[in-house]
Amino acid sequence: MNSDQKLTIIKPKSGWQLIEWKELKEYRDMFFFLVWRDIKVRYAQSVLGVGWAVIQPVFSMIVFTIVFGNLAKIESDGVPYAIFSFTALVPWTFFANSLTASTTSLNNMITKIYFPRLILPISSILSKSVDFAISMVVLFGLMIWFQVVPTLWIFFLPYLILILMITSLGFGMWLSALTVQYRDIRYGLQFGVQLLMYAAPVVYPASLVPEQYRLLYALNPMVGVIEGFRSALLATNPMPWDFIITGTISTVIIALTGALYFKRREKYFADVI
Amino acid sequence: MRTKSIIVEEISKRYRIGLQEEEHDSLAGTVASWIKYPLSNFRRLRSLSKFNENGTDQDIIWALRDISFEVNEGDVLGIVGRNGAGKSTLLKILSRITDPTSGRVMIKGRVSSLLEVGTGFHPELTGRDNVYLNGTIIGMSKKEIDRKFDEIVNFSGIEKFIDTPIKRYSTGMNVRLAFAVAAHIEPEVLIIDEVLAVGDIDFQRKCIGKMDEVGKSGRTVLFVSHNMSAVLSLCKSALLLEDGRCTAIGPTEQVVKKYLGENKKLMGEVEDKSSDTEGKKLKIRKARLLDEHGSVCSEFNLKNKISLEVTFEVIVPGRGYNVDFKVISLNYGNVFQSNYMDVNVDEKRYQYWEKGVYTYRIDLPVGIMRDGDHYIQIVSAVPMVEMLDVFDHELYFRCIDVDSPEVKLMQGRSGPIYQFLPWNKVNHSDNKISQFDDTQYSYP
Repeated sequence: MNSDQKLTIIKPKSGWQLIEWKELKEYRDMFFFLVWRDIKVRYAQSVLGVGWAVIQPVFSMIVFTIVFGNLAKIESDGVPYAIFSFTALVPWTFFANSLTASTTSLNNMITKIYFPRLILPISSILSKSVDFAISMVVLFGLMIWFQVVPTLWIFFLPYLILILMITSLGFGMWLSALTVQYRDIRYGLQFGVQLLMYAAPVVYPASLVPEQYRLLYALNPMVGVIEGFRSALLATNPMPWDFIITGTISTVIIALTGALYFKRREKYFADVI
Repeated sequence: MRTKSIIVEEISKRYRIGLQEEEHDSLAGTVASWIKYPLSNFRRLRSLSKFNENGTDQDIIWALRDISFEVNEGDVLGIVGRNGAGKSTLLKILSRITDPTSGRVMIKGRVSSLLEVGTGFHPELTGRDNVYLNGTIIGMSKKEIDRKFDEIVNFSGIEKFIDTPIKRYSTGMNVRLAFAVAAHIEPEVLIIDEVLAVGDIDFQRKCIGKMDEVGKSGRTVLFVSHNMSAVLSLCKSALLLEDGRCTAIGPTEQVVKKYLGENKKLMGEVEDKSSDTEGKKLKIRKARLLDEHGSVCSEFNLKNKISLEVTFEVIVPGRGYNVDFKVISLNYGNVFQSNYMDVNVDEKRYQYWEKGVYTYRIDLPVGIMRDGDHYIQIVSAVPMVEMLDVFDHELYFRCIDVDSPEVKLMQGRSGPIYQFLPWNKVNHSDNKISQFDDTQYSYP
């Protein structure tokens, strides 16, 4: 065989191997169009269109403000409860939607054609980032309305968003690979995500968590992300480094194991789906 | 020596089919099984991708076993075999949809498979958007699509509707657009699995033209089909799969003969009793060949009458159902084709079919057929819209020439049809023709 053309070798895949970046890069156009399709299709033939990206967190905020802020009188670190909860809802909504999207991302397309399977969960999560960007704009609008001045840590936000993305992706790889074989994941996640919200400081401040459980609590990477958002934008507390560092470590672990598990299961996808 | 394009080395693939369900005849047993249900379900689901290495499991099937072959660059290889022989699994491995359990495949260059056209098509998106989406999914880059876009749209023949969401397209338009994208990928290796069953005649001609072009441009093509005449005309060599094993490989005629001939007994009656009719609107149930006395027969004297009887079941009532059969000679390929709508097409294409079982009898024009082995393939479709059913079984019959002139003259005759023509003598003196006396002529 001469070597001017790409040689593909197909054999049983063995063991644990990491992400094949080179191949993913070759398929970047497909990647782009899948994300773009998701976005374009999601709000097709709906009256409010992209407005739905705003409605979901805003209505949650209103309900939380009434129930937790006004009725239960949960403290909100000295800022209005509305903006306190909305700052958390923006990353949380992205996280929750990403998980749900990733469980449905591996469709029967994989029984028909070859492409790097990882593209599907990644693109389904990336397409949610448009909603995220829109609700970020709403968040800044609310900050102006409530006259909240962000701290200089606002420049630290990209790192927090990166952690948010990697966490979503890590869980996304785990969940999508599991869902192919066990449909329970998809059904369980519906209410699982709702329950998980209470394991993160969305409706209450992390300062309510007893001192001795802080480390355990911070294993959930969303804790560092949400509290970091609040410190940077609302100046509620100093930057919670213990949360962020613990969260970063657990995120890296989740993402690495997720990638490995996905890679390992990949070869069975087309057979068991 | 020519370079190899595909080398397949001893690939095998096993699948696990679902484990048997336990049965309980007591209430206590049933209750206990409910409690254990999630656990046993978990085991069952997990076992789908787990295998014992000793390979004694009851519920494992080997879809492919030790398949090895090589394909030269630019060759068109046909893959034939019955349903369930492993053809699709082989193609799935070659197109990298699933991994082999053992063995190795080496393929040079880009592989594109037309196993399913239109993958990733989304009904809400316009034709234009879907061309880009589907194009990138099957492995083209955006630049490549930009360059070929006009060509693709032209090929599909739906220029006017390219900015309409494809949910407003007819099935035919959908398929044409999908095939147009797939036909423009220009891979080094192309894998095709009977996609030509849809679309109108004009479009089919375009597709076959495109395939010919692909074959001639030095690309390697793997072609899977039940249509022996297509395999015979498109492929130089072929491979026969039987129960997951490769039982023949070589020149197409030999392989096709082995597939149709040696391994097959003459069949004058075939029936499909399966109850699996999910998603089917129509199922072809039975086909028989009858001699002049109305009894089932598979060997005929060319002088006698042969009738084909087709029975099919309409499962979902509807309009426009057509049934169609082909008579194929092992020696000469496709001999002729006939369909229900041949006569009174304008009336029959709008005919409403009630649920039920229908039987039709057609007299075959044996008088013009050659001696030798023939088989009959039956399919049903709504023309230009959808395939309804492909009958899995083939009738297989032999025409025998008992007292034809060449038998008496100890001479062969060439050509795909038999015709016995009167030779009328022209008189030199007055240019008059003396009629052939056909009272003596008894041959059909």
